[in-house]
Amino acid sequence: MTPFTQLHGLVAPLDRANVDTDAIIPKQFLKSIKRSGFGPNLFDEWRYLDVGEPGQDCRGRPLNPEFVLNQPRYQGAQILLARENFGCGSSREHAPWALQDYGFRAIIAPSFADIFYNNCFKNGLLPIVLPAEAVDRLFAETLANQGYALDVDLARQTVVLPDGSAFTFAVDEFRKYCLLNGLDDIGLTLQKVDTIRAYETRRREEAPWLFE
Amino acid sequence: MARARLPHRDLAYVEGRRGAGFLVYNVSLQDKQAVYEMAGLTLYDKLWRAHVVDEAKDGATLLYIDRHLVHEVTSPQAFEGLRLAGRKPWRAKSAIAVPDHNVPTTRRAEGIADPVSRLQVETLDRNCADFGIEEFTMEDVRQGIVHVIGPEEGLTLPGMTVVCGDSHTSTHGAFGALAFGIGTSEVEHVLATQCLVAKKSKSMRITVDGTLGQGVTAKDVALAIIGRIGTAGGTGFAIEFAGSAIRALSLEGRMTLCNMAIEAGARAGMVAVDDKTIDYVKGRPYAPQGATWDKAVAWWRTLCSDSDARFDAEIALRAEDILPQVTWGTSPEMVATVDGRVPDPASAPSAVKRQDWERALHYMGLAAGTPIQQIAVDKVFIGSCTNSRIEDLRAAAAVVKGRRKAAGVKLAMVVPGSGLVKRQAEQEGLDRVFVDAGFEWREPGCSMCLAMNADRLEAGERCASTSNRNFEGRQGAGGRTHLVSPAMAAAAAIAGHFVDVRHF
Repeated sequence: MTPFTQLHGLVAPLDRANVDTDAIIPKQFLKSIKRSGFGPNLFDEWRYLDVGEPGQDCRGRPLNPEFVLNQPRYQGAQILLARENFGCGSSREHAPWALQDYGFRAIIAPSFADIFYNNCFKNGLLPIVLPAEAVDRLFAETLANQGYALDVDLARQTVVLPDGSAFTFAVDEFRKYCLLNGLDDIGLTLQKVDTIRAYETRRREEAPWLFE
Repeated sequence: MARARLPHRDLAYVEGRRGAGFLVYNVSLQDKQAVYEMAGLTLYDKLWRAHVVDEAKDGATLLYIDRHLVHEVTSPQAFEGLRLAGRKPWRAKSAIAVPDHNVPTTRRAEGIADPVSRLQVETLDRNCADFGIEEFTMEDVRQGIVHVIGPEEGLTLPGMTVVCGDSHTSTHGAFGALAFGIGTSEVEHVLATQCLVAKKSKSMRITVDGTLGQGVTAKDVALAIIGRIGTAGGTGFAIEFAGSAIRALSLEGRMTLCNMAIEAGARAGMVAVDDKTIDYVKGRPYAPQGATWDKAVAWWRTLCSDSDARFDAEIALRAEDILPQVTWGTSPEMVATVDGRVPDPASAPSAVKRQDWERALHYMGLAAGTPIQQIAVDKVFIGSCTNSRIEDLRAAAAVVKGRRKAAGVKLAMVVPGSGLVKRQAEQEGLDRVFVDAGFEWREPGCSMCLAMNADRLEAGERCASTSNRNFEGRQGAGGRTHLVSPAMAAAAAIAGHFVDVRHF
């Protein structure tokens, strides 16, 4: 996994609540057996005027000029600014894969759906929860200022605004540690082989039917 | 026992949702710490504790996973990860795989026409063969939707931790199990280690007391709850459904309810074990037998919340207040009672919601104030992991029997949850009831719940659907989904528009 430490990134505002994983990456693209290549189909139904198919070259497709990510000022954005309950719906990890493949490294929202939030950390994508008022301010400033960028520092758990003011955010210690170091948590768990085996031995006595 | 202090914001959360017909009660601020330290255990506490392998200081827990259900969409990258790292499954026997999302529901013998879908299913077959995982292949009569076959085969048992790379894994909580959906990285993690790194959720109890009216089902209870607490109302919580109306539900009904817990934002939903749970499990192919069965039952009987258990949030509904539900928008929380109307965005509780409602009405092609029963449908879908079990098909067939699909309805399709549900329904003659009424009787799979196979809505088509998500494009790009119970979907197919199944 790519480590996440610090980021200075352009912000793109997606001003709608309850953005679901079907919207982030529609179902037809879930047929892929790969982990990469989902970026061109991120927000496919909002981003293009036609219906996308897997394996299609998206470069010639008609873009929806109304959709925020198609506006020239947000090209190259690495931080997605969103509203509450972002990533609700299915558990598809294709959603964070698509966001990351597109170029996003962090998402700021007042709240995230649990599974999506969890999936982000497995992929070097940092979901940042800020209070609704802070998110409101970021939306206003992003819209008012072309080229609006933020500095995210995971070690310090801060989002620093262009004027130097900062918001702090919470993150679990273990997730932070893995993300800062780009660690594969399977490897970490496998350092506890003996503990897992000891649990299984005890559990096999208590509940043998689980091991039949 | 020591319990986390009740966070102040949770009180605000619960109290902020006090509403007509819904009692909301809570632990008072004065009770807090002293009472919490004395309180008994919730069902969720018991399930969690039984599976803790290791716990870090920050609460990150290594949780043991008893059952891993695998399907074709969220597993290929996980198996590839194992291959690249040279890892093997920790306990291959704990996993069971089935293709369900991509499978065709017609002409099954001809295989999958779409080469991309076919490759995904073939990849599952190959991965299962390579890694020694049992699979119910597309040709197997036991094949079906992963959340239908788990319980049906006795692969899901009370007290288990059950995971699957699918958010509707919450379904299995109906058995007094801790069941939740995971992403593909976690699928790989469970395959490799039999564990997950997880953090305990807060606990919420939703109590539904009383008796559900005629024609009111578990689906209506689920939608009424989501309408009340919102699609993020359960975020960060594990929900236990309790109360006399829940105890009166069959296991099929409880599965429907727990299935929709994720639509309220909760990764896990659960119901305490009772005689119905044990009766359902007994004799299933993968259920324990003999002396082991007795030992298992003895433990399963302890799987309920202690009478003095305390929850971080409590919500109560009266069963009598719940009417048949129909969603009108693009989120399951956008729901009305069948006697209601499409709401006016001007009455939305906030500016953000007003914008959401306006966008939803535009997408759905609906005008504010339209009576729900005047909304005409183009297609009807009876199926999905929410509502494709035998009880669902019986309820739909009871409405359909002796009637005909309305001329304006282009397609009414019934997709059983598994090959065994299909066989059972055919033995009961339900297939004839549907076919005689002009419905299509299909092969099992996820089908038009998410339209990964050939079953889908065309742009602008409106569907009465027994599935779980009415998101934009969910059932096909531009398609318009209204979530309802099986009986309500069947009635809409006959009438050509939504009708109140209680008077139909």
